Amino acid sequence: MKRLVINPATRLEGHAKIAIIMDDKGEVQDALFQTVEFKGFESFCIGRNAEELPVITSRICGVCPWAHHMASVKATDALFSAPPPPTAQKVRELAYDAFMVHDHTAVFYALAAPDLLLDPDTPRAQRNILELVKRIGRDTGAKVLALRKAAADILTITGGRATHPIFGCPGGITRGLSQEDISAIRDRSRQLVELAELTNKVFQDGVASKKEFIDLFNTDAFVNRSYYASLVGKDGRISFLDGDVRVVKPDGSTYEEFKPASYMDHFEEASLPWTYMKFPYLKNVGWKGLQEGEDSGLYRVGPLARFNVAKGFTTPRAQEKFELFRETLGSPAHQTLAYQWARVIEILYAAERITELVDDPELGGKEIRSQLGKIGEGVGVVEAPRGLLVHHYRADERGVVTFVNLIVPSTHNNSGICLSVKKAAKHLIRGTEIPEPVFNRVEMLYRAYDPCLACGTHSLPGAMPLKFELYDSAGRLLGSESRGL
Amino acid sequence: MKPERTKPKLAIALGATCSGCDYSLLDLGAGLLDVTDQVEIVYWPTGIDSKLEDLQAVPDRGVDLILFDGAVVNEDNLEMARLCRKKAKMLAAFGSCGAYGGIPGLINSGSPKKILLEVYQGLPTRSDKAEALNFEGEDALPKMLGQAYSLDQVVDVDVYLPGCPPPLKLVAGLLTDVLAGKAIPKGTFYASNRAVCYECKRVKENKSIDAIHRYHEIQPDPTRCLLEQGIVCLGPATRGGCDAVCCTQNQPCRGCMGALPHSEDSGAEMMSALASIMELNNENKEADYTGIFDGLNDPLGTFYTFTLPKSILGRRKVDQS
Amino acid sequence: MSERPNVRIVALLCRWCSYAGADLAGVSRMKYAANVLPIKVPCSARVDPQLVLKAFSEGADGVLLAGCHPGDCHYLKGNYKALRRFQLLKKFTSQMGIEDDRLRLEWISASEGSRYADVVNDMTTKVAKLGRLNWRREIAIEA
Repeated sequence: MKRLVINPATRLEGHAKIAIIMDDKGEVQDALFQTVEFKGFESFCIGRNAEELPVITSRICGVCPWAHHMASVKATDALFSAPPPPTAQKVRELAYDAFMVHDHTAVFYALAAPDLLLDPDTPRAQRNILELVKRIGRDTGAKVLALRKAAADILTITGGRATHPIFGCPGGITRGLSQEDISAIRDRSRQLVELAELTNKVFQDGVASKKEFIDLFNTDAFVNRSYYASLVGKDGRISFLDGDVRVVKPDGSTYEEFKPASYMDHFEEASLPWTYMKFPYLKNVGWKGLQEGEDSGLYRVGPLARFNVAKGFTTPRAQEKFELFRETLGSPAHQTLAYQWARVIEILYAAERITELVDDPELGGKEIRSQLGKIGEGVGVVEAPRGLLVHHYRADERGVVTFVNLIVPSTHNNSGICLSVKKAAKHLIRGTEIPEPVFNRVEMLYRAYDPCLACGTHSLPGAMPLKFELYDSAGRLLGSESRGL
Repeated sequence: MKPERTKPKLAIALGATCSGCDYSLLDLGAGLLDVTDQVEIVYWPTGIDSKLEDLQAVPDRGVDLILFDGAVVNEDNLEMARLCRKKAKMLAAFGSCGAYGGIPGLINSGSPKKILLEVYQGLPTRSDKAEALNFEGEDALPKMLGQAYSLDQVVDVDVYLPGCPPPLKLVAGLLTDVLAGKAIPKGTFYASNRAVCYECKRVKENKSIDAIHRYHEIQPDPTRCLLEQGIVCLGPATRGGCDAVCCTQNQPCRGCMGALPHSEDSGAEMMSALASIMELNNENKEADYTGIFDGLNDPLGTFYTFTLPKSILGRRKVDQS
Repeated sequence: MSERPNVRIVALLCRWCSYAGADLAGVSRMKYAANVLPIKVPCSARVDPQLVLKAFSEGADGVLLAGCHPGDCHYLKGNYKALRRFQLLKKFTSQMGIEDDRLRLEWISASEGSRYADVVNDMTTKVAKLGRLNWRREIAIEA
């Protein structure tokens, strides 16, 4: 019996492992993607004042701080029985849309684009955003950075700064918008629409219109027919902050829909003997291992999930792109690499939504806080850029935290990532060699899911080097290779 | 013939971090390209495809500036900190985590090792498979240190960029100085040497209060000092340089820029200041002062949100049982 | 009989009342535990919480703050400041695992020599029962 282990990077920077477990017939049996860092937020938040958690949990991740901040704020809204007034809701939504643009564009240009837009023979060392800037021209690169800065400016106007905002509080927000603020946001919202259209065009010209890429998307190794879960608005349209959680089957029909507060009745975690990592699955379907299909409780979250759960967008330009997406890939779309396409369309939606909110008469209102009520328990669920994010708190009668549970999108997607890696490796790994295509496929899948490991380990985000190690059945190291991502 | 000046080498390394500090560099906008044009980035895992070997290959003290982003919480972080010290001509503690321990430092309210074991309790027992794979072996769980540390508690640090994240104009200041070849004295803080209050635009009248309010319990007067309205604001004990952005957003300063130059423990400074002004405006009766801070549930979290490892006590008492 | 640990208690005594009280205990040749290191401060209000924390971190097993009775402070309100600071400090040290008996505030006047002796004896017994504090960082990091 042979066992292959794709091991993580060197101890100094390795924070994740990929292991591929072979069965006796030399076939890939399972794949594990395991993170090895730990910071302990769920522990050290206990004993803190509950209203401080939006500030503390923001620091789980410096790439998606607004996602944690907002989920936390919503959890404290519920914990203090203080639903925010309309003005506060609208400012929150506007700021969050700016954050979506800010985050999605970083992921696209820094992680996806170098893979998709540079020549395949570009050496690894140059496959990064700086090289991309050289190729597309410094002026274009500078333009993208400048336009993205408009999103950072909106985050600064609403939340004091783009990273780790000083913004929400239980029952509302701490500072409302003046007319000057709204004017400044309006100017920048036009720049964001421009950036979104540019990005979509880049994707359309460079990827979506090219047959070889669509064929790649449709390769079986990159397709998982799974369930999908996301928030969805009352109108069945994509919603980042409000609504209920809906789960759809692999065929696209609705499986269940529930209020975010009852997430514990629907999501469960399985264990496997080789790792301390947990594998989320749909409780009511059951855990069947790393399998796809209607009988397996494996589900996915994120941009692709949102596209499969919802009917579309409320804004016109994004809706148009959404329809083209569905025409090209089908509905539901199970192609994992399509996460990237869904991402760029969401940038457009978020930008459009800001242009709408900016003209809303309630946006500059003075009622930004509501009265606090009975202290108890609160669940806050948002759609983070990478998918469903849950913050769940309990506090005592003084409002001091007694319990914290966090489920981040990369945890929800853990089963999906492992399944994708397993499929990528299957058919390709024979004997003791790991052929080049396996490395490449694993990397592309990795980038598609964009696991935010800062969140996943409540530790490090961004690119992560992988070291691949090969072991025989007796646990002896046969060989190793490293791949920077 | 004049020799061509080689570009200064820059590296950005990560400890126990959320990566917000180095990620926020993208918000320099087009200005980021001005910086990257002038430097050679030898290592930056978040931004480029660099390998650790790239950093290790540089001769000792060969990197002109290394920004260390994060606290030191496990053995990997510690090794990285030591490597950076070896390879850096100038080593900067980048962000509050590096400077003071930061939010990860809150793990010092307990015992990191104990907490880790609690979290992973009830794990499936190791099977033969796990042993053979060398997967659940020593490598599997992170080797936590006994507590979280700031960077200068484990290696020598040349310069400090506090803040969570550091205000971009201060980061730009350091980069500009390094590119200009300016001599930066060891121990320099790219932050104000005066309290946040000097930058805060709120009106200060009279520091005397008779009650404490948590920031979510009241909607304060937007023009007047928050501390004077009974909201615990750490401004008086904290370095400025941040333009008092939190106070502008109607929230109290939580001390991320760290202690002022004269002080070793900003949390204790603030406890002292708060106690001083809590006069109740009453007749001096001892009974009136008993229990006046009962509503302040969590001094540790309130006064040491970002600075616990660097404080005098540093961490909760080590359980010797 | 078990060995009683030789605990060290730092006593921050205000010059006008409690230090004088300690002096009185001395000249009256009262017998009391020798575990206290007295430090004279002009007023209990001089006691910065950092001094207390420093004492613990540098080897003290207990810290005693003593000042004038309420209403008798030489500087009128200093002891009230000390009382307020003490309350916050106590909450914090408790969160950090420092047991209650290790940090104590007492009002001791210049004429209360025997009270000083009683307080010292009582505190020494209690702290000895808790044992050495040994406040140190868990690992020594060599550069």
